[in-house]
Amino acid sequence: MNFNFQIFPTKASDMAGQVDSLYLFLVLLTTFFSLLIALLILFFAIKYRRTPERKAEQIHGSTLLEIVWSVIPLGISMVIFAWGAQIYYHMERAPANALEIYGVGKQWMWKFQHPGGQREINELHVPMGRPVKVTLISQDVIHSFFVPAFRVKQDVLPNRYVFTWFTATVPGTYHLFCSQYCGTKHSGMVGSVVVMTQEDYANWLASGKAEGSLASQGEKLFQQYGCTTCHRPDSGARGPNLDGLYGRSVRLEDNRVVLADDNYIRESILEPNAKVVSGFRSIMPTFRGVVGEEDLISITEYIKHLSEQELNPLNNRSTPTQIRDNEVPNIQQQQRVPQGPRPATEPGKKP
Amino acid sequence: MSTATTIVKPVMPERHYLNDNYGIRSWLLTKDHKRIAILYLITITFFFFLGGIFAALIRLHLLTPNGELFQSDTYNKLFTMHGVNMIFFFLVPSVPATLGNFLLPIMIGTKDLAFPKINLLSWYIFVVGAGFALAALVTGGVDTGWTFYAPLSTGYLRTHVILLAVGVLIAGFASIFTGLNFIVTVHRMRAPGMTWGRLPLFVWANYATSIIMILGTPVIAITLILVALERGFHIGIFDPNLGGDPVLFQHMFWFYSHPAVYIMILPGMGVISEIVTCFSRKRVFGYSFIAFSSIAIAVFGFVVWAHHMFVAGISVYSALVFSVLSYAVAIPSAVKVFNWTATMYKGSVKLDTPMLYALAFIGLFTIGGMTGLFLAALGLDIHIHDTYFVIAHFHYVMVGGMVTAYLGGLHFWWPKITGRMYPEPPAKLAALVTFIGFNLTFFPQFILGYLGMPRRYWAYPPEFQVLNVLSTAGASILAVGFILPLIYFAWSLKFGEIAGDNPWQAAGLEWETSSPPPTHNFDKPPVVTKEPYHYGDEEADGVH
Repeated sequence: MNFNFQIFPTKASDMAGQVDSLYLFLVLLTTFFSLLIALLILFFAIKYRRTPERKAEQIHGSTLLEIVWSVIPLGISMVIFAWGAQIYYHMERAPANALEIYGVGKQWMWKFQHPGGQREINELHVPMGRPVKVTLISQDVIHSFFVPAFRVKQDVLPNRYVFTWFTATVPGTYHLFCSQYCGTKHSGMVGSVVVMTQEDYANWLASGKAEGSLASQGEKLFQQYGCTTCHRPDSGARGPNLDGLYGRSVRLEDNRVVLADDNYIRESILEPNAKVVSGFRSIMPTFRGVVGEEDLISITEYIKHLSEQELNPLNNRSTPTQIRDNEVPNIQQQQRVPQGPRPATEPGKKP
Repeated sequence: MSTATTIVKPVMPERHYLNDNYGIRSWLLTKDHKRIAILYLITITFFFFLGGIFAALIRLHLLTPNGELFQSDTYNKLFTMHGVNMIFFFLVPSVPATLGNFLLPIMIGTKDLAFPKINLLSWYIFVVGAGFALAALVTGGVDTGWTFYAPLSTGYLRTHVILLAVGVLIAGFASIFTGLNFIVTVHRMRAPGMTWGRLPLFVWANYATSIIMILGTPVIAITLILVALERGFHIGIFDPNLGGDPVLFQHMFWFYSHPAVYIMILPGMGVISEIVTCFSRKRVFGYSFIAFSSIAIAVFGFVVWAHHMFVAGISVYSALVFSVLSYAVAIPSAVKVFNWTATMYKGSVKLDTPMLYALAFIGLFTIGGMTGLFLAALGLDIHIHDTYFVIAHFHYVMVGGMVTAYLGGLHFWWPKITGRMYPEPPAKLAALVTFIGFNLTFFPQFILGYLGMPRRYWAYPPEFQVLNVLSTAGASILAVGFILPLIYFAWSLKFGEIAGDNPWQAAGLEWETSSPPPTHNFDKPPVVTKEPYHYGDEEADGVH
């Protein structure tokens, strides 16, 4: 038997200390009130123990006391609420400069994909001192990504990207648990998170066998599945142009406007009819059951990449059918826009 | 220790509800709320020990980190059946269907519940539901966890999920019928003079519970029907592969199952109010505050469900709202604890077994309740959600709270139910053993949880072993504490001292009739002229 005995788990993220402080505060508060009640009970039980000489003094109550012991706990609990909410709010907003890693949970393993294309199973290598955002999705049932040393946990849902983020502070190897019961080998869906110095992490990335970056893998898939047949940046395209799509608002056929984020792109591949872009017919076939979660991530990463190209174009595939800030063009708009090369105001364009 | 010198040795009444009629038919076709309470008592005692056996096997398995006793599938079935048994077939009916059924009509001075046949029907429905659950058990068990989370339960497991869901669904109607009966009875059948302000707090607590039962239970029924439809007919509701939403399941499930937590604790709080006043010989401190806090808990309990879902992918704003509301529901519970403590002040305290259980309840419930504040704190919940911290928290409330209150109540009213006293020394020992065993079992789990041990793990990292061994050691002590009462209660049925009408010199209508009460509860319909817990008066009258 292992006789190592701890009270606190290892602290390996910048948030761990804050969570521990709140925990410690609550432990002290609970100890105080539990002891207060326990000691009062013991004291009353002894001091006012039944004797033949003494009779109980009847007291009906005191509204003042009732108010006092409602308002004080309410005040204390509002402090706890605000404290907890503040930590939560921080944990729910990933910084924009975070390193983005993707994770797929399935019965019963974790798969991770780094932006450079490196893949790993049940192990996640991350650099220390830099925010890391892990975007997660499940291939089957609900799982939960739990790293006690970082004090982070996020349920991993099928059919929807969610994320968690952390900044690791101490190099080392830490437990990764699935904390949402997911069937037979739930307790086997464990792994480790390896925190490395930035230098070691760079070396580790370089040593990894990757078939090109995630985006380039996505580009191959994009062609392989024939997406380019319709999603072309020219006027005759039967599908919306995807250049610069990511992060923009899209007007749908029913005039709703939705944000083109990871979840939108994924849904549009799997359920093309769910959100049809204004001006297009719903002719795209579903890719549910055809494209797996990991490939969906690569394709999404490629489409994201197309937006980055928009700012800094690498090729001349850009055409006048550009997406405006708040709208995806429909066919009519595409036709209205004059044909020909893009206006000279667009910088950095190669002939 | 002896304070009262009994001059006349009490005798059993000639006719009472137990000897009014004999034979199996007189029990199975009875419309007497007291006999139905006994039927329930026997049934849920069976499920308590069945659930207890599962718990013992779970703890035994967790002695070693590598899962050496059972296969992981077996282990998953054990914790599922433990949870389902204990929650739906023991805790939910525990106090209301047994003590509540027995006492509520007597406490308000009437001869039975408003709908005696529905009351009997409720027991039959419960037994049928329990039969389905047992069928699911003997045909191989179910491994969904008591939470039935979709899409795991609807599309991925191969066990008899529908069978178990139908069992729970059917048993739910038993609790709807009990709730309905209680509400109508309290409104329509109070004895002359039994105003709302004179209702015993046990009745208030069961009334509040009944509100939750009739409003909440239909929602779990609907949820389980949807699970069965999706599983059986592939109608997409929760499974995204069929176009459903798995988070919807959690909303629907917890919309019932969080208020159900209050179904499982409010009646216990009612028991404590009765015991603390009697053994302190005091009027209750802040009667109306305790009474209304029960109603407040029942009402607020319906708007906090999503605090089970802080990491499930709900929005930041709904998380904030549900967190703040969860703190609001904590206040009425705190008010109760302070009032019970204040009731003892300047009392005349005697530590008989029921009082020992009541004091254990106050202490353990305080810890159980306050650790709920940890879980409602958003940033902290992220870390301790779905870990052993949660297990420890709800066992402090459910076992340290409800089971302790149930045992306290059973001891307190045992003389009323059976006409005989339980033996005091082994009962005190059992209360002490339970208290020690309970804390040793569940306190280490708080630490385990904060260290990060997830719940429902068949195997765990070796550094968690010491605490798990402690917990298992505690569980073996706890088991002794639970088996002892079974033995001496059974013994007392034949050999216990004759109790007399009011062995505790307690206030309340149930103590004014004989022990055991006659079939119609009172020989003469009572007229209420006194406040509840009129302890000072009685002693002034020289009854003592």
